[in-house]
Amino acid sequence: MTAPTKSRPVDRARLPVIRGVSRSSPPSRGSSGTPWLYLAPALVVLGGLLAYPIYQLGLISLFHYTQAQVSGGEPTTFEGFGNYAELFADEQFWQVLLATVLFAAACVVCTLAVGCALAVLLTRVRAVPRLALMLAALGAWATPAITGSTVWLFLFDADFGPVNRVLGLGDHSWTYGRFSAFFLVLLEVVWCSFPFVMVTVYAGIRAVPSEVLEAAALDGASQWRIWRSVLAPMLRPILVVVTIQSVIWDFKVFTQIYVMTGGGGIAGQNLVLNVYAYQQAFASSQYSLGAAIGVVMLLILLGVTLVYLRLLRRQGEEL
Amino acid sequence: MKLSARLVAVAAVLATAACAPQTSGTSSSDKDEKTGTLRVWLFQEVNNKPKEQAVDSVLAAFEKAHEDTEVTVEYIPVETRAQRIKAAFNDPESAPDLIEYGNTDTAGYVKDGGLADVTEEFAAWDEAKDTDPTARQSVTVDGKVYGAPYFVGVRALYYRTDVFDELGLDVPRTQAELISTAKEIRAAKPGMYGIAVGGAYTYGAMPFIWAHGGELATGKAGSYASAIDSADAREGIEAYTSLFGDDNCPAAKCAGMGGNDTVTAFASGKAAMAIGGDFSHAAVDAGKVKGAYAVVPLPGVEPGSIAPAFAGGNNLGVLKSTSHRTLAVDLMKRLASKKAQGELFDGMGFLPTFSDVRQQVAAKEPFVKPFVETLAADTKFVPASPAWAQIDSSLVLPTMFQEIVSGKKDVATASQDAAKKMNEAFGSAG
Repeated sequence: MTAPTKSRPVDRARLPVIRGVSRSSPPSRGSSGTPWLYLAPALVVLGGLLAYPIYQLGLISLFHYTQAQVSGGEPTTFEGFGNYAELFADEQFWQVLLATVLFAAACVVCTLAVGCALAVLLTRVRAVPRLALMLAALGAWATPAITGSTVWLFLFDADFGPVNRVLGLGDHSWTYGRFSAFFLVLLEVVWCSFPFVMVTVYAGIRAVPSEVLEAAALDGASQWRIWRSVLAPMLRPILVVVTIQSVIWDFKVFTQIYVMTGGGGIAGQNLVLNVYAYQQAFASSQYSLGAAIGVVMLLILLGVTLVYLRLLRRQGEEL
Repeated sequence: MKLSARLVAVAAVLATAACAPQTSGTSSSDKDEKTGTLRVWLFQEVNNKPKEQAVDSVLAAFEKAHEDTEVTVEYIPVETRAQRIKAAFNDPESAPDLIEYGNTDTAGYVKDGGLADVTEEFAAWDEAKDTDPTARQSVTVDGKVYGAPYFVGVRALYYRTDVFDELGLDVPRTQAELISTAKEIRAAKPGMYGIAVGGAYTYGAMPFIWAHGGELATGKAGSYASAIDSADAREGIEAYTSLFGDDNCPAAKCAGMGGNDTVTAFASGKAAMAIGGDFSHAAVDAGKVKGAYAVVPLPGVEPGSIAPAFAGGNNLGVLKSTSHRTLAVDLMKRLASKKAQGELFDGMGFLPTFSDVRQQVAAKEPFVKPFVETLAADTKFVPASPAWAQIDSSLVLPTMFQEIVSGKKDVATASQDAAKKMNEAFGSAG
């Protein structure tokens, strides 16, 4: 969205909104309340569905709020930042946070790599293999996380799993070691989240004019070079969306860890923030501590997203 | 930028106007209606029909005794019971009058303000004097009674008679023998666990700690202190964790196992022994080993002694918010009566909470004999503190066992760390 030209009627329809926000519209544009009137329905819905729950989350995190308070057994007391202090003083919280960040980063990188590679592959193969790949990916996408996790766990089962049999590993246990357990979960996470990336990027590639690609090919560019210098820049808005989506999704992973490592692995070695929050807070009804963890996660994700957008902006790109 | 300033102002106004988060208003109800509809929540068991029949016969007698009274029973799934019961505490309007609940939840529910104090009625109930002490302890918090024990569950040692005969082994009479027998079996049959144990099987591990004189915690309600790092408890931890290893149950597989996993391993013939409950009977019989196993009480440290077992089970309790208190208490007594518990045993095999009734059913059904013997010897219960739910759900004890068997920490360090976490929980939740 660059500076609008005033001549075309199509642009005029959305002008007031843009102007209203940027506060630079000439006074002739009618009252300043009009754009807010148009925005009101969306704002009400967003406010109701997003702002209010977040406000409640933040509020609860400042109180001592357990089941006893909810059901009226004990009075609610204001704690200030007590829950946060308790959380930050917990050594395990920092370990889990670090593990979560690294694990999510690995998942995002792998998901994007696999998704983009297969999207490019989709454009290069004939109709039948393309359909087969598409169906396989959609199947993985449509599989509920619990089912997917259970199936992957079975594939790698120490006694009955086909993977051990094929690789001749005897009764090697994949979930015992910290890294091997994380690796197993990573495979499942990538498996169930690459289709979204693949389908989105594939749609993006399809929208790239074929002349551009043809020109690059005629100039003798390799597949990799075409991706790096032509496709990736043109697909940037799409890649931004799938990256942010993957970051958020992988940071919040719960089911896979909970199911595949039996609630956090041997001695909690595979805990991620969401499972940790569940164990520490929600399973024992310490809602205020859980809310504090929720707020911390929200801030981290918000921070990551903002930094990412900022970096892109600095490179001179607009979303 | 004016816009965001305005938003901030709005947010600030909202924040200052904010009161505390929502709390459900009520504590106890003043009404005590003598007619109307009584709502009851019981747990949905795997094979629920016999339970329904046992309950229905009690209800028929109850409705006959109280005119214009109706009872509706809802069988709630065990997996989601915690949410359902919490929701009932939050919304007294749609809450039931009488519920079944797991006996380790008693202290937590009392702290939540959900259960009614029925100390007087329990004391006046003539059958209550035969309730066994541990069952009574499981409904008692701070000297007050919050329900009636419904049934107990207890664990004992399952072993494969065919394997023991083949290898010419005797049934172990002490824990030391148990450990050496398990290793002997593993050495003779490398594909089999001597005894299936699990790093996440807290209630299978506790008898080892109790048998060595250790305790989970000492003190009383409100002032518990963890004792898991005492010298006696450490000996028990040492004994239990010595069963993890290539010479019995490899840590790579067994560290992550819970109670059900060990019973499954035994039922599928992968283990020569396992610690299972009276409630595991059906699961084991459904497996390969049907007819080729027997059960004895888990041995203690001295020859011929029985290790103290964890007395699990369920209780019945009247909700504080009920508007039919007298009726609900009467129904609770009828459902938990000797006769009704006997019928429940006939249908479901759940062990009665009355010592005398238990002796009678043991005479009828030889399978339950080792379990009844275990209950008669000594049973223990988890600390009657709301902190227990927190300790349990944050996996303090499984983490301790897993740290030891995976070689991350030694017994002393791991038990000290666990004690620290337990004390923090006792400190914050009382």
